[in-house]
Amino acid sequence: MAADAPVPAETAQTATTHSAPRRLVLDILNDWVTTVDHKKIGLMYIGYALVFLVVAGIQALLMRIQLSLPNNDFVSPQAFNSLFTMHGTTMVFFVGMPILFGFGNYLVPLMIGARDMAFPRLNAFSFWISAFGGILLYFSYFGASGLYGAGSAPDVGWFAYAPLTARVFSPGHSTDYWTLAILLSGIGSIGTALNIVATTICMRCPGMKLSRMPLLVWLYLVTSSLVFVAVSPLTAAQIMLMLDRYIGSHFFDTQAGGSAVLWMHFFWIFGHPEVYILILPAFAFANEIIPVFSRKAIFGYAAMVAASVGIGFISLSVWAHHMFTVGLGAGANTFFVLATMIISVPTGIKLFNWLATLWGGKIHFTASMMFAIGFLFQFLIAGLTGVMLSIAPFDWQLGNSYFVVAHFHYVLVGGILFMIFSAFYYWFPKMSGKMLSEKLGKWHFWIFLIGFHLTFDFMHVPGMLGMPRRIYTYEADRGWMIWNMIISSGAIFQAAGTLLFVYNMIWSYFKGPVAGPDPWDAWTLEWSTPSPPPAYNFAEIPSVASRRPLWDLKHPEDPDSNYE
Amino acid sequence: MARTVWPDLAAQIPTGFSHGSTSIFAPAGTPAHSIFGLSMLVLGITLAIFLVVAGLFLYAVVRYRHRAEDANASREPSQIFGSNQIELSWTVIPILIVVLLFLATTRVIFMTQSIPKPASSLDINVVGHQFWWEYSYPKLGVVTANELHIPVSDPKKPTPSYLTMTSADTDHSFWVPRLAGKMDLIPNQINTMWMDPQQAGLYLGQCAQYCGVQHAKMLIRVYADSPADFAAWVAHQKQPAVESADPQAAAGRAIFQHNSCISCHTIAGTVATGRFGPDLTHVASRETIGSGAIPNNPANLRAFVDNPEHFKPGVLMPAMHMNDKDLDAITAYLASLK
Amino acid sequence: MSEAAVIPNVTTPEWELPSRGVVGMVCLIVAEAAIFTIFVVAYLYYVGKDRSGPTPREVLDLPIFTSVCLLSSSLTVHFAVAALHQARRGLCSLWLAATVLLGGIFLGGTAHEWYKLIVHDGLTIQTNLFGTTFYSLVGLHASHVIIGLIMLSLALIFSLNGSMTAKHTGRLEVLSLYWHFVDAVWVVVFTVVYILGR
Ligand code: HEA
Ligand code: HEA
Ligand code: HEC
Ligand code: CUA
Ligand SMILES: [Cu+2]
Repeated sequence: MAADAPVPAETAQTATTHSAPRRLVLDILNDWVTTVDHKKIGLMYIGYALVFLVVAGIQALLMRIQLSLPNNDFVSPQAFNSLFTMHGTTMVFFVGMPILFGFGNYLVPLMIGARDMAFPRLNAFSFWISAFGGILLYFSYFGASGLYGAGSAPDVGWFAYAPLTARVFSPGHSTDYWTLAILLSGIGSIGTALNIVATTICMRCPGMKLSRMPLLVWLYLVTSSLVFVAVSPLTAAQIMLMLDRYIGSHFFDTQAGGSAVLWMHFFWIFGHPEVYILILPAFAFANEIIPVFSRKAIFGYAAMVAASVGIGFISLSVWAHHMFTVGLGAGANTFFVLATMIISVPTGIKLFNWLATLWGGKIHFTASMMFAIGFLFQFLIAGLTGVMLSIAPFDWQLGNSYFVVAHFHYVLVGGILFMIFSAFYYWFPKMSGKMLSEKLGKWHFWIFLIGFHLTFDFMHVPGMLGMPRRIYTYEADRGWMIWNMIISSGAIFQAAGTLLFVYNMIWSYFKGPVAGPDPWDAWTLEWSTPSPPPAYNFAEIPSVASRRPLWDLKHPEDPDSNYE
Repeated sequence: MARTVWPDLAAQIPTGFSHGSTSIFAPAGTPAHSIFGLSMLVLGITLAIFLVVAGLFLYAVVRYRHRAEDANASREPSQIFGSNQIELSWTVIPILIVVLLFLATTRVIFMTQSIPKPASSLDINVVGHQFWWEYSYPKLGVVTANELHIPVSDPKKPTPSYLTMTSADTDHSFWVPRLAGKMDLIPNQINTMWMDPQQAGLYLGQCAQYCGVQHAKMLIRVYADSPADFAAWVAHQKQPAVESADPQAAAGRAIFQHNSCISCHTIAGTVATGRFGPDLTHVASRETIGSGAIPNNPANLRAFVDNPEHFKPGVLMPAMHMNDKDLDAITAYLASLK
Repeated sequence: MSEAAVIPNVTTPEWELPSRGVVGMVCLIVAEAAIFTIFVVAYLYYVGKDRSGPTPREVLDLPIFTSVCLLSSSLTVHFAVAALHQARRGLCSLWLAATVLLGGIFLGGTAHEWYKLIVHDGLTIQTNLFGTTFYSLVGLHASHVIIGLIMLSLALIFSLNGSMTAKHTGRLEVLSLYWHFVDAVWVVVFTVVYILGR
């Protein structure tokens, strides 16, 4: 894109291309392990999440092989049950959370013109404790009741309803590994969220008023605040479960009068806000990427902020829409129907503002933008299936069926994963100094898109034909087979697309064209630093006068500060 | 994949596209019908929203794409920061849609969950077990398992069946899509639901809340019988277990009573009063065993008693390790329990 | 390679942002408050649902004295911060010592109460739902008191050996925020366990 060359600065000396002497592998390793630099920690989060994405993706492939035919016995029932438990737990806690925190760690200080996070050491601690959680979860394959294979991994489902997790129904140690892993990852998340909030509130560069923060930073602020009030209840519930399992207390022990429903409430008080914790960063990426590739300022900045804050608040009051079939009674069901449906209003505002941002723009179809546009369509559909589920009577039919599985993969894959891919194509040049191959990127997009739609469009159907989720096999006479075949075939395309993406990153890192500081002709502060940015980010702390400091710089005749 | 049964592909396709036996779009009872009506409304509204919004997106993406051949391709488009009027309109319209949906939903919720129970209704207690269903009819004095019989309900003279449900161990969920929405069975908690099939026939379903290893094979079979058939069925089920004259069956009975079978199973009129497993008083009158997992015939009965894991790995009935002679006898006995 | 753009220094009037320590502590307190809320909800949910004794009414006594001690330690820690702010280190040490002492008395009271419950009344965390929720809620609070006391004792040591000066007022203030929170939680726990729950 044609951009007038940004002002060369005194920072010229700090060019990153200086030829440092070759260093020993151990030195480099030591560098990364002991680092407190937010960029390195961010990259470690991202790398760690990518590894787990492939692991959990392979688990999904195994499940799809098993389900492609009725009465299949590719894996045993126990193995299947631990596959979906590990897949769900890993994807949510060790892919979704870390990858989003990774981007947040990397981008938030850069975008607000800060040199690091507010508490760099806490930052490193949070990363390592979550990383340890993930390793502990997978150690259950070896540690929980011996080395004899897949049966020993947790198999209680990702929301681990009581009393299935009690010692009587879940002997051995697999459930203990599950709780511990979640507990540690929760502590890490709270630490990182605290850091992000303190950074945005206390470390902004001069002129960066709250009303001038890039929307990405705003959304990270909301997400992180949600973490305090949502992840903490999960931590509390995990402590209770651990007390039950280790020292025989009775929180969820139904035989001593404990309640199974209490766990459901505690879990979903966490679980529902959690899905918004995951989607808000995806919205955040969209808020940066869509304007840049439409060449227009975001439409309705204030409404976007208000909608995000609104979503944050409303999301705290809707949890029982996961419990419409628990027998809460007609009154409670009605309340949660309304609370849930209301959330489509602020979400709709976001979608419409993106539409208005595209409107009248000049849309550049880079790989990054293509993923973002895919996200817009898919999130629309996912939201509408969510509204169907929020109609309690409809949910009595659809709840816990493959329709729900289709709904949430539509959001988690079609929404979040697509936006994560988009973010990679957009920020990889900043992080590595090299451009990703656009050609491979477009192949990646189309292959993954086909796979996504084959899998998750058709997944709605068996749900409506009565197929419950979490079944390791099904009867041949129900008419579900043909759909499951199609669903499984799509997963292969998704795997191929993901492989292409991994290949693209590796190839481009070594062979890709050099990116330069600002390859997209973008407007936020991170593009004013070299790619990759030096350890201290900014040689001189910048100061800003509008939401798009680089726009002001590039268009001195018509700066944004005139309009705000 | 040694044991994989390749189903007849041709037979799959028609059921795949038509309303299969567990489709929520083939309602056969009042609750399922009212949900069906509501769901059609919701599908219509969401489809309309989708068409409008996706259409606008599609238009924007095509119309406003960057065209390199344009005269001023390198100039930035004009920057627009927002518009209160437009933003207000796309806040208010969704609110109105939400209100509409909410009112329609509330009606169905209360119609299904809060209407008074008619005096002519039939009471049934359901207890979920890992991995089978216990059904009892307190007013009729009938206890059975896995296959539920209820009368057809004539809309003019309704005889709905009311289920009072709880669980003996973990959470389960009772879901027969053509008759009603699902309802969970939770320990220490009583839930209720009702259904009123309007046509005789077999309605399938299965447990819809993950409850452990064999959650997948906790199938539900609801037989809707004509009033006469139902009365006959009840009369038969009330009888104590049949005392077969066949010597092999008698031998089987003795073996049954000397084994631990009796600590888990009840056979009315005998010393077997266990409650951990399904009631076997009239087990031979059922069409399936293992909670719908396999057809009920002597060969399967024998194989099931020999090693239940073969059909349902993770099942809570242990393999009984009997010799062939005892197995044959027990099978004869069980098969005689008509 | 090094065309890093630097935004021209726009003159901004004095640019003051809140202190990291305070913001961080407020976030931590929000998160902790959410954890306590869940334990409180569990306590209230199970009040009176026991299938066997002992019940709260039978075995719980009101810990009035120790509660007063804990609550007044909020005042003393406040005075300690004020004293440090005025660079009166000796006074600061004195108030810190008083805080540690009051907190210690509270902990001692809890220990005594638990001893009585376990040994005389035979109530453990395994006995019934009351035991489960009581020990976990009160124990969660007590563990926070212990952490607070450790930090306060460290502050006291630093204050005595002179390594804590008026420049560190900000940090002591963050610690005092935490201590106020621990006290405020006790008000809730006290109300729930000893008043509503009995
Ligand atoms: C990031 C993740 C994410 C997101 C964003 C959402 C968004 C929504 N979800 Fe989803 N959901 C999940 C992840 C997510 N969900 C997961 C993981 C589960 C299953 C957990 C499990 O059981 O394992 C789940 C399950 C789930 C259920 C429970 C189903 C069941 O188990 O029985 C329900 C029920 O109400 C629901 C509803 C909704 C609604 C109403 C939204 C809304 O936020 C959607 C709002 C968006 C729109 C509506 C589209 C845009 C709006 C407009 C164009 C305006 C006009 C529209 C109208 C007026 C309608 N979801
Ligand atoms: C972020 C969250 C996320 C993501 C991205 C995914 C991605 C996918 N999920 Fe998952 N899923 C969940 C979150 C997620 N899921 C959750 C929370 C549950 C509920 C769990 C529960 O019930 O407890 C669930 C449950 C779930 C089920 C239901 C299981 C059941 O109820 O029985 C299924 C079944 O098809 C499924 C499939 C898939 C598939 C095919 C993908 C694909 O999109 C994956 C694509 C990725 C890959 C395929 C990896 C790429 C692989 C390579 C690059 C290596 C290739 C190498 C070789 C082939 C050797 N998921
Ligand atoms: C430890 C308890 C236990 C013992 C002992 C036991 N069973 Fe069972 N039995 C069960 C359980 C539990 C089921 C339900 C299995 C399922 O479908 O998940 C069952 C199911 C059955 C069924 C199928 C019933 C149906 O309608 O599906 C038969 C037949 C049966 N058992 C026969 C026997 C015989 C014969 C013996 C003794 C030789 C025996 N059982 C001993 C627990 C037991
Ligand atoms: Cu019973 Cu699933
Ligand atoms: Cu939800």
